[in-house]
Amino acid sequence: MSNNGKLLSVENLSTHFFTEQGVAKAVQNVSFSVKKGGTFALVGESGCGKSVTALSIMRLVPEPPGKIVSGEIIFEGRNLTALGEKQMRRIRGNRIAMIFQEPMTSLNPVFTVGSQIAEAIRLHQGKNARRAWADTVEMLRKVGIADPQQRVREYPHQMSGGMQQRVMIAMAVSCEPSLLIADEPTTALDVTIQAQILDLLEQLQQQNGMSILLITHDLGIVAERADDVGVMYASRIVELSEATALFTEPLHPYTQGLLKSLPRLGLCERRLPTISGMVPEPLDFPAGCKFHPRCPIGLDDKRCQSVEPQLREVRQGRCVACWYAPDYESDAEYKEYESKYGRHKRLSTDS
Amino acid sequence: MTVYIIRRLLYTIPIVFGVLLVTFLLFNVVAGDVTDQIAGKAASAETREEIRAEYGWDKPMFFAWDSQFFNHLKNAVTFDFGRSWSDRELIIDKVKRGAGPSLSLTIPMFLGTLIISISLALIVAFLRGHIVDVVVVLLCVAGMSIPFLSFILFGQYFLAFKWDIFPVFFWPDLSPAHYVLLPALIGIVAGLGGNLRFYRTVMLDEIRNDYVRTAFAKGLSVRRVLFRHVLKNAMIPIITQVVLAIPFLFLGSLLLERFFGIPGLGYLMIEAIGARDFQVISAMTYIGAILFVVFNLITDICYCLVDPRITFE
Repeated sequence: MSNNGKLLSVENLSTHFFTEQGVAKAVQNVSFSVKKGGTFALVGESGCGKSVTALSIMRLVPEPPGKIVSGEIIFEGRNLTALGEKQMRRIRGNRIAMIFQEPMTSLNPVFTVGSQIAEAIRLHQGKNARRAWADTVEMLRKVGIADPQQRVREYPHQMSGGMQQRVMIAMAVSCEPSLLIADEPTTALDVTIQAQILDLLEQLQQQNGMSILLITHDLGIVAERADDVGVMYASRIVELSEATALFTEPLHPYTQGLLKSLPRLGLCERRLPTISGMVPEPLDFPAGCKFHPRCPIGLDDKRCQSVEPQLREVRQGRCVACWYAPDYESDAEYKEYESKYGRHKRLSTDS
Repeated sequence: MTVYIIRRLLYTIPIVFGVLLVTFLLFNVVAGDVTDQIAGKAASAETREEIRAEYGWDKPMFFAWDSQFFNHLKNAVTFDFGRSWSDRELIIDKVKRGAGPSLSLTIPMFLGTLIISISLALIVAFLRGHIVDVVVVLLCVAGMSIPFLSFILFGQYFLAFKWDIFPVFFWPDLSPAHYVLLPALIGIVAGLGGNLRFYRTVMLDEIRNDYVRTAFAKGLSVRRVLFRHVLKNAMIPIITQVVLAIPFLFLGSLLLERFFGIPGLGYLMIEAIGARDFQVISAMTYIGAILFVVFNLITDICYCLVDPRITFE
């Protein structure tokens, strides 16, 4: 397909939740794209809108109260936001599959793992029960479950967490989807199992040529596995970049803060630096740049307090939403606000 | 599993014994002497003695091989409840005769309520917060607040008497399907509110689970997710509710049978209470208790069939 090797491109996606307390803007103007065969990581703290973005792509946002209010999700040349429920069902589990954070609760406890995997195969590939069952055993073997003939008849509670996640993966890739959305796939697992699961995903990705949208708050995983990264903060993407560039030179103060809070080998610090304050609630976002109350630069800046910076491409392949990002000065919008608020001094030189 | 069932059956022995003891105390000790009632006030002393001998009331209460309580136990185990005091018919015959009409009313009523309320509950739980959900819950509360009796009276007056859609009263010539229709309908409508609300809560608990999201992410239709994935998980509370309701089906519906003149077990029970026919009441209580104990066991066995996480330890 065309789109310069892009499998999925999300454009200006906004998903809101209409609650009795008000409108919670869980995802605002999010744009990014996933390359064919590549891994795109969406990073951010809990509650920043990563999972809602993923559910929006699957069109699984509970409605009401949630609703995709604007934006396009172009997948394999089709706009998913415009599809009917029936067409969408043919994509779910077939072209786009998803795995979740808690494998224990994500599997249905009263059906055997085999019947749950076979259900997807029968649904999308129209195979009869016997052939679907044979495929299921083969899938379990593929995801590295020993003795699949036996295991296929077991129930989820008879398996370990890592094994359950393997079953989830087997279910997800059983129809050879071109996109796999992995929503915090290793958060609930032991560290040793985490690496195994991620290796398995990478191996399947290479075999099937599928793309992965990896949602995580673990920057370590991102550094190892992702090709491109989107950093989300308070329902927006604040920085979008190729992974290596992001880790060598983070441009947004939030990304900088996240990277500083990572432990590093060889450095003996007594305490790791943290980002002060809390992620704002979607019902109670601050005016201006949503990060300014926690930002070392923008805390006292009038412009940061009143005008929200847009995500701009400041260099080749690097987008940032911060008035202080280097090269942001070339932006037309920047010039408009510069004339209004003036060029602000860097706080670091002040104090 | 066989060992488990045998052990459970052994547990039932003290329970049944307890039931028999209580019914015996209630009807033979507390209730006092009913010889007068059977014989009439003008009866001679000899007639009274004859009656007392016939029913065994001249024997000691407990501690003897031939005591009243021992006979009570023996009769219960052999399902020989003796004769009714009022019309001297064998009680077991009365029960057999009443079971048919009772079941022909209670079974359709029960199944109707069950299927309608579970299906509606699944849909309403899926649409939680939607206007449909709000209206249905309001109707349920309204239905629960209206007394059962008013459903019967209004149904019988309008649907049967005024508009003549159904027969007003039981008539031996009518086919069961005919005379059971209206009372069953009334029973379903009256029972729907409470049942629907109960099952809605059950379904809501399930529908919030992660596996539901997984099922949707597989591309399954709403109907398949609800009626396969959610329903099977909701089976534990449903089975508890359903299987334990079955014994009461055999006992019939006291009010409906009375109002529509259906000669079932509920009717028999009310008549017996009116006539102070303790033998009949005691027999019915015992049958009810036995059924309850048996279906309790069946419930536990069903749990293991629907939920693989439950095992017979």
